[in-house]
Amino acid sequence: MKNKYSIFSLIKNAFSYHENWEKAWKDAEPKKEYDAVIVGGGGHGLATAYYLAKKHNMRNIAVVEKGWIGGGNTGRNTTIIRSNYLWDASAGLYDHALKIWEGLSQELNYNVMFSQRGVMNLAHNLQDVRDLKRRTHANRLNGIDAVYLNTEEVKKFCPIINTSQDIRYPVLGGTLQKRAGTARHDAVAWGYARGADEMGVDIIQNCEVKGIKRNGDTVEGIETTKGFIKTKKIGVVAAGHSSVIANMAGLKLPLESKPLQALVSEPVKPIIDTVVMSNAVHAYVSQSDKGELVIGAGTDDYVSYSQKGSHDIVEGTLNAILELYPIFSRMRMLRQWGGIVDICPDASPIISKTSIKGLYFNCGWGTGGFKATPGSGDLFAHTIANDEPHKLNAAFNINRFVSGDLVDEHGAAAVAH
Amino acid sequence: MFLITCPFCGEREQSEFKAGGEAHIVRPKQPTELSDDEWAEYLFMRKNIKGIQFERWNHVHGCRKWFNMVRDTSNDQIKAVYKMGEKPPVK
Repeated sequence: MKNKYSIFSLIKNAFSYHENWEKAWKDAEPKKEYDAVIVGGGGHGLATAYYLAKKHNMRNIAVVEKGWIGGGNTGRNTTIIRSNYLWDASAGLYDHALKIWEGLSQELNYNVMFSQRGVMNLAHNLQDVRDLKRRTHANRLNGIDAVYLNTEEVKKFCPIINTSQDIRYPVLGGTLQKRAGTARHDAVAWGYARGADEMGVDIIQNCEVKGIKRNGDTVEGIETTKGFIKTKKIGVVAAGHSSVIANMAGLKLPLESKPLQALVSEPVKPIIDTVVMSNAVHAYVSQSDKGELVIGAGTDDYVSYSQKGSHDIVEGTLNAILELYPIFSRMRMLRQWGGIVDICPDASPIISKTSIKGLYFNCGWGTGGFKATPGSGDLFAHTIANDEPHKLNAAFNINRFVSGDLVDEHGAAAVAH
Repeated sequence: MFLITCPFCGEREQSEFKAGGEAHIVRPKQPTELSDDEWAEYLFMRKNIKGIQFERWNHVHGCRKWFNMVRDTSNDQIKAVYKMGEKPPVK
């Protein structure tokens, strides 16, 4: 049993100069056999392991990660959480996640710094206005909080936005989801890792999967850089590298892996207390607790695993940011980075069984997976444990690309993909 | 950002080009005969290779012609560029 984090443990550890905190999770070495192995130690993978152990009582399981946990897209996203998706299936999925976020810090006894500061989406042309109004109505029918704001209300909610009608893409209105917000992305991985470790899950870092062993249509185990691990169930949550793992099993996925970039500015005093996203000009911005502006750019259009994007993508985003927020014109950018996102043709994820027994995929989250982390883990754990999808992820099966029953969130969601 | 040698215009900045995805996916000769699985394979399934990939590019802000490229997707190095209809160079 781990020591509970509290004000008392903080005071107690202060007396020993914070040098005696117990490790949040142990660095495990692989056993010969597990009941299930999760491939990928990001937020989604660790959450899957956590819920497998907690809700489905599968304790003899492992998470294998080729680098360090939370070192991939979990630590590279812009931490935005919202559930204002258009279609019923997506609304169900993302709001399930949002409801778990609301109690996550308490549940994990780990402060994930979930902050419901609201997410505002701007409209810049008449079609945007129609789309955003339609989405607001759809959200409310699905029980998701959403309001439509006119230009004056946008300005009132976030006064630093330039609402002049003389700019190239003037602000015509926007939507607001007040329950939406941000969380500390690293803490989500660490919190789930700590929780899973406490229930006996082995977290194996620096362990890359090299092959998937099959006997006919059934999986038998995985080859890794730390040797062969026998298992009957493999849950792959490898984000940008999902296709690479699928190829090992002889499967093809409807994914393309592309670089997505983000950047942060030098830290400044509080200036923007919400998240503002703008689909049409592709600019989104929020401010971290450290004071940095967190800015999300777009994806490049070519396949790449290099974790580097093109400079012109960043330039385009900053052009839009400067037009919308002239106050930022003299800010300096501090860091810029890229992550590899796996994009589905319909911009919706896959949480599904496959044609191979015992092989499950949770992938295709594209540019917006962070917000779904707790819900994704919960539903994927359900799918793996029962060998059947939960009703909330039934629509996100891999077979939809054959049946044509796509969950087409392209552009219909709050931001362009 | 990288430089791309358009087979028609020569070396230009990548921002002049648009990527067109995986190359050499053959359009079905008899679309009416295709099963749902075959349609899914043609429309959606991609190799998405980490390593040497064959792909299509368009010099959209230049001559606007399509061409093929062999590129290492793990480090973005371009191995070869060849015109549409030509045989891919052996890797």
